This record gives sequence, C-alpha cells and structure tokens, in this order.
Amino acid sequence: MHDQIVDIIIREVEEVNKKLPNRVPVELRNNAPLFGTDGALDSIGLVTLLVAIEQSVEDDFDSPLTLADERAMSQKNSPYQTIGTLAKYIESLLGGSHG
Amino acid sequence: MDNPQNLLITGTRKGIGKYLVEYYIEQGFRVIGCSRSAADYELEHYQHFCLDVSNEPAVKQMFFEIRKGYGGLHVLINNAGIASMNHVLSTPMKTVHNILNTNVAGTFLFCREAAKLMQIGQYGRIVNFSTVATPLQLEGEAVYAASKAAVFSLTQILARELSQFGITVNSVGPTPVATDLIRSVPKEKIDHLLARQAIPRLGTFEDIANVIDFFIQPKSEFITGQNIYLGGVS
Ligand SMILES: NC(=O)c1ccc[n+]([C@@H]2O[C@H](COP(=O)([O-])OP(=O)(O)OC[C@H]3O[C@@H](n4cnc5c(N)ncnc54)[C@H](OP(=O)(O)O)[C@@H]3O)[C@@H](O)[C@H]2O)c1
Repeated sequence: MHDQIVDIIIREVEEVNKKLPNRVPVELRNNAPLFGTDGALDSIGLVTLLVAIEQSVEDDFDSPLTLADERAMSQKNSPYQTIGTLAKYIESLLGGSHG
Repeated sequence: MDNPQNLLITGTRKGIGKYLVEYYIEQGFRVIGCSRSAADYELEHYQHFCLDVSNEPAVKQMFFEIRKGYGGLHVLINNAGIASMNHVLSTPMKTVHNILNTNVAGTFLFCREAAKLMQIGQYGRIVNFSTVATPLQLEGEAVYAASKAAVFSLTQILARELSQFGITVNSVGPTPVATDLIRSVPKEKIDHLLARQAIPRLGTFEDIANVIDFFIQPKSEFITGQNIYLGGVS
C-alpha cells in the first residue's frame, strides 16, 4: 500500500510542480521535502496539493478520505514534511478506517 | 441552462430549504439536498441524502458521491439550521451543543468540503444563513443569535481564504418567515420584532431566494464576505 500511495503523491506533486517557482525534487521519492524548513511548498501550495491527493486516493481506494490535521501548519511536527511522512500518514488514515 | 450547474442545499425536508429546491430546479439547476429525516417528495433533477450536517463521516461520504456522480459543485446554500426559544437561565447545555453543532459546525464542514469540489473548476458560490435575531439582540434567542454571529464571522474569513479559488462566500439574514422554526415564538414577540424592522412585515421565501440569486450569479464574482439582512434591519 505504501508504494501505491507514494506513486499517487508523486503524480500529484508533478502536477503542482508545473505551477511552482521552486519545484519539489520528486526524484528523492520518500525523502523529497514538501512543507516546512526545506520544503518548496507554501501553505497555499500545500493545501492545493492535499486536496488533489485526497481526491486521487479516494478514487484509487474507492473510499472517502479527509486530510486535515492540527499539525498541518507546524514547521516541526507536520505530517506533510516529506513525501514519506505524508504517505505514512495517509496509510494510517486508511488503515484506521479499513480495520 | 445549457450546462446545468450543480447546486447543493442543506436542510431541504421542509421550510425555506424545500422551497429553494423547487425554485432552483425550475431555474434549471441540478439540485442535491439533505436533512436528517427523509424528504416526503421526489423531483426530477433532485437527489436527497439523509444525514446530520454535523456528522463528518456521513457528510464526507455524501461529497464523495457528489464528486463521483456530478463531477463538481458550483453552488452551496447552507440553509439547515435550528433555533430554540428559551431564557438563558433555563437553557440546557444539550440545546447549546445542538444549536452550535448544526448551525456553526455544520456550516463549516459543508463549506470545507464544498470548497474542495469547487476548486476543481476554480469557481464557486457559497451562501450561508444568518438572522436578524443577531443585530436585534432578540431576548430568548441568545444561543441561536450567537451561533449565527459565528456563521457570519466564518463567512467573512472564508471569503478571504477561498477567494484565490474563484469562490465567493456571502450570507443572507432573513427576518421572521412563517416556518416551523418560529412556530413556538409567541405572536406578541414576533409583532414586536417586526415593528423594529424598516419594513414591518413577515419575510417570504421569495425575498430570500432573491438575495441568493444575486449572490450566486456568475457576475457577482466581486461580491464576497458580505451579509444582507432583509426588511431593512442593520
Ligand atoms: N424561519 C425564520 O423565521 C428564519 C429567520 C431567520 C433565519 N432563518 C434561517 O433559515 C434557515 C432555514 O430555516 P427554516 O425556517 O426553513 O427552518 P425549518 O422549517 O425548521 O427547517 C429546517 C430544515 O433544516 C433541516 N435540519 C435541521 N437540522 C439539521 C441537521 N442537523 N442536519 C441536517 N438537516 C437539518 C430540517 O430537516 P430535518 O429535521 O429532517 O433534519 C429542515 O428541513 C435556518 O438556517 C434558519 O436559522 C429562518
């Protein structure tokens, strides 16, 4: 499941990259920084990406998903720091609702 | 309409919401609605969901189905609302939670999920419901009036946060309208309230639809974060 989610994230990041001045280095896969100290995304870039990923995961897993987290805008503890942390976070949400 | 727009209204089993369903189908929209109980009517171009607007998993599931079935959403009308006439000293906390959940949390949740669909097309119109009970400081409706003040605050800030997606967020504040919502309010109280309006009469469904029409037309793209009270209340 992890790889499938990483692939979805990379696909959507590549879309966002087309519109960004600083691109996210997707070739680093799990280690690619998204948001926070080294991330290329600002908060609008981040929420736009999250909505796109949410809808993509919903389509691929045929189940509703909500990416909303208290730590979203935190520079330190955000689950959105790298592609890897985001993938793990989504996995935990899907795992939670699918038992 | 050549390309019918998709319009979602909450609280459509009865009252103002039910009228708006019929009205906007007539205007050529594809209408989706919801309420806790089933609606006792069926209409072409209308789909009903049974849910509580503050139930996140149920609401999420509905938006998932809307995205799959309709592809996107153009208009959201956050009409579902509840009130309770009571003195502060005899108002149970359960009532406070219920009113805040439906009026504030429900409105927030629908705005959040609708905006996710609307940003796909970089276009959206959201209309929330406030009330003249807030500016008129209606005694006996403290929690209700406060909940609608919160709705207006949400309206103003969401207008700013969502503007970059082509989404406008406004609110309409009806005067008393003859529905079940005000059935338990004594007649003297209503008469007293009407006397404080610039135009002292009950509001009609048409008065409300008229304001919504203005907010949701495509050319109202520069109108956002605004509230319009009916009857000349300010
Ligand atoms: N009537 C007035 O004088 C007046 C004045 C100012 C503002 N307003 C506002 O206008 C809006 C509509 O009011 P109305 O007069 O049409 O009220 P109403 O006749 O009591 O109808 C309320 C509608 O909302 C639904 N609803 C209530 N709570 C819900 C929940 N938690 N989840 C989903 N649906 C819910 C109800 O259906 P279910 O019971 O099946 O859920 C019903 O269809 C409200 O926001 C109200 O505050 C009304």
